[in-house]
Amino acid sequence: MNRFLKLLFRNRLAAMGFVVLGLILLAVILTPILPLQDPYTTELGARFKGPFEDGHILGTDHLGRDQLSRLLWGTQLSLMVGFAAALMAAAIGSTIGVIAGYFGGRVDNVIMRAVDIVMAFPYILLALAIVAALGPGLLNALIAIAAVNVPFFARNIRGIVVTLAGREFVDAARLSGMSNTRIIITEIVPNVLPVIVIAMSTTIGWMILETAGLSFLGLGSQPPQADLGSMLGEARAALITHPFTSVVPGVMIFLIVMSINLLGDGVRDALDPRLKSGALSRPLPVTTVKRDGPIPAETDDLLAVQDLHTQFHAGNRVFRAVGGVSLSVRPGECLGVIGESGSGKSVTALSITRLVASPPGIITGGAVRFQGRDMIGASYEDLRQIRGDKVAYIFQDPLSTLHPLYRIGEQLAEAIRVHHKVGKEDLRQRAIALLKDVRIPNAESRIDTYPHEMSGGMRQRVGIAMALANEPEVIIADEPTTALDVTVQAQILALLNDLRQEKGLAIVFITHDFGVVAQLCDRVAVMYAGRIVETGPTGQILDTPAHPYTKRLIACVPELGQGKRVLAAIPGLPPVVDDLPPGCAFAPRCDKAQPACSERDIPLAGQAPRAVRCIYPEEAV
Amino acid sequence: MGSYILKRLLSAIPVILGITVIVFLIMSLIPGDPATAILGSYATPENVAKINKDLGLDKPMVARYFIWLGNMLTGDFGRSFSLNRPVIDEVLERFNATLILAGTSFVLCAILGILAGTISAARQYGFADKAITFTVLIGISVPSFFLGMMMILVFAVDLRWLPVSGMYAIYGGGDLPDLIRHLIMPATALAAVATGVVARLSRAAMLEVLRQDYIRTARAKGVPERRVIMGHALRAAMVSIIPVLGLQAGFVLSGAVYIEIVFQWPGIGRMLVDAILQRDILLVQGGVVFVAACYVLFNIAVDVAQSLLDPRIKT
Repeated sequence: MNRFLKLLFRNRLAAMGFVVLGLILLAVILTPILPLQDPYTTELGARFKGPFEDGHILGTDHLGRDQLSRLLWGTQLSLMVGFAAALMAAAIGSTIGVIAGYFGGRVDNVIMRAVDIVMAFPYILLALAIVAALGPGLLNALIAIAAVNVPFFARNIRGIVVTLAGREFVDAARLSGMSNTRIIITEIVPNVLPVIVIAMSTTIGWMILETAGLSFLGLGSQPPQADLGSMLGEARAALITHPFTSVVPGVMIFLIVMSINLLGDGVRDALDPRLKSGALSRPLPVTTVKRDGPIPAETDDLLAVQDLHTQFHAGNRVFRAVGGVSLSVRPGECLGVIGESGSGKSVTALSITRLVASPPGIITGGAVRFQGRDMIGASYEDLRQIRGDKVAYIFQDPLSTLHPLYRIGEQLAEAIRVHHKVGKEDLRQRAIALLKDVRIPNAESRIDTYPHEMSGGMRQRVGIAMALANEPEVIIADEPTTALDVTVQAQILALLNDLRQEKGLAIVFITHDFGVVAQLCDRVAVMYAGRIVETGPTGQILDTPAHPYTKRLIACVPELGQGKRVLAAIPGLPPVVDDLPPGCAFAPRCDKAQPACSERDIPLAGQAPRAVRCIYPEEAV
Repeated sequence: MGSYILKRLLSAIPVILGITVIVFLIMSLIPGDPATAILGSYATPENVAKINKDLGLDKPMVARYFIWLGNMLTGDFGRSFSLNRPVIDEVLERFNATLILAGTSFVLCAILGILAGTISAARQYGFADKAITFTVLIGISVPSFFLGMMMILVFAVDLRWLPVSGMYAIYGGGDLPDLIRHLIMPATALAAVATGVVARLSRAAMLEVLRQDYIRTARAKGVPERRVIMGHALRAAMVSIIPVLGLQAGFVLSGAVYIEIVFQWPGIGRMLVDAILQRDILLVQGGVVFVAACYVLFNIAVDVAQSLLDPRIKT
């Protein structure tokens, strides 16, 4: 509760709403004891006095009545009526909801059908019909407004009670022989009460506005009694000659509704935990770059990642997801980047064309060079032209990475169209050819299907086809087979390997699975806590891993048919990268660790093509 | 698609029947004798008996409901005593005016709201976002009738840009430009709250969508950012925006009642308020049932639009 209040008041607007609403409530409570003039005393000689004339702070209305006094009494009436309507709607609606949700079956069916029908009305029509039947008057307006809001409560509360009614504690109460009424009162109601209160607080501003509206129409409070709506309605006759009498009640309604809205938004935000981490920020089209170190010099690799640093900033914490990674690939080569989740391998991959979600991601150092050009410092347009055309991605989960509302043919065609001017029919033919390239049967008909109509393996083939669309130089495959089952995984890997040989593609293959690396990759880089701990040709690393972490990681791969090796999970968890200790990040989980391991930074060293970041390696390299 | 529309239309029948039952039940709450309510307390017994017979009030309630329902199905909504003309004629004429007003407001709120929400999301925390968020907050907090009155003061009385009220100028009006001049203020005042609600929701929906993996895919493909926002993201966000547009249509239709009063717009809302104050029950009944039925049909159109947009909805 304390934390909730703190969050609420950190939101300045919500605090403002609270203060305004508090002042209005205070004024309303004090109204009976304030030295106000009588709100009903008419004085035709003193009509339409301006503000501060003759002791009338807010002037007088068309009958010479004191506006301030009428305003405060009117506000009191409006608030009371709105609150009463909310209370009434909540009580009746919740009762209906509890009954429907608790008893379920036919009772539920009949009640919810009726609720649906009531909700099919534009709300004011129903309110007008009720007022028409009962006759104009404040109490009738209140009943009408409450009645139209009953379905809202009924529906919300029913939804919650339905889940509650199936829970163990309700079953237990039933078994202990409690009556339905007692179960509802002692078990159900206490659990839904907070929801009812929150729903009430979100609708109360609305109810105040609506009852004021009916009064404005002359269907609510009847003269001489006046709430804010009827004050405004009466003042409207003199709107053009004496606008001030309209402004006073109008502004008050505005202030009440706005402060309630602000407060309501604040409450909602404070209750919604997703906002706390800033996760609701949308990512920018390119990752923000704030480089302060020197930019590494050009190389002649096809693609080179040079001393890359990528961080995530969340509140006061800085997560160094990538802490100085260097990689490179040549044409036709496949480089595997392997590590546990959180090792920074995907962030490294996404940093290459600056696709890391930003905020919170920031690239703080290093360079990524494609054919010598630095992409970290490139303009958005330059980068966009490389993305998908020269450097293409295959992502992990093809269900979430393909757009659900576009046909796959459209998505393939778009990949080409944004880089090359191609006619419509040609695009279609190219798309079909691409689908054939990735061995999708019936490509001509599959092209018009939506992603949700395909299997996971087929979707991933579409993802690969999309990456191949412009015959890129480099493909970055970010765990492309993780979401697939094993047989499909093998097919996809074979496909990628064929394509690499057919088209001379360079592939950066991100994975956590050494089995996959062994099948596909020429070289491998092992990542841990945002840095490369070992790199070298795949065969050598598999045979003679040098870093203890690599060795443990290889031991995680089950061997088919042999069963001699013990499948060994690595104890402990990878470190959180916001506060890394000096030295080796793996030391706390390493059984060979010595005090020296945690003393100073350990360089990545060894004889090319191998290198390891360890002072007590398993094998000398 | 055709069978889906048919299915939805059939499902509307019980809802519309339910609406007639509810209206009928509410109207039967009227205390006392409707004949006396119509004729006043000096009615002669003969007249009361005649009215009761005319209205079918001498029959049992269930029979009365079915007579009323049967008459409505043949287009006979009864006769308005205060206007002395068939209810259906008056309702159709008035509904036409409301449709012009509410329809314009609805289109305004949809276009402006979605546009504002999209810009706001694409420029999150930027100046445009803050300006839009602030305007929206004001927009959804001003009662439409008060906003309308203030607009009259500023644009009609002070600046004399636009006519104060009505649908056509009394002298020499009647053409489309005249209608548009009369429509600007009421349509804007009516659209304000709905626009704010749509803008808020669109912003939230866009922010949610922009974080999705398929947006990253589009960017990885090299799709220009403008197309990412206005194409990929907005299209996906529309899936959650369209149902809210359906709700807003109801709000606009409801708010029209106030705006028609403020701007003397000859629509059905004003007709209903007058009819209530005159206790012209048949006119209220007919008007409410007619508008509610139209709203149900409109919501079916919304569902159909939704199914056209989202192939995942089973049709």
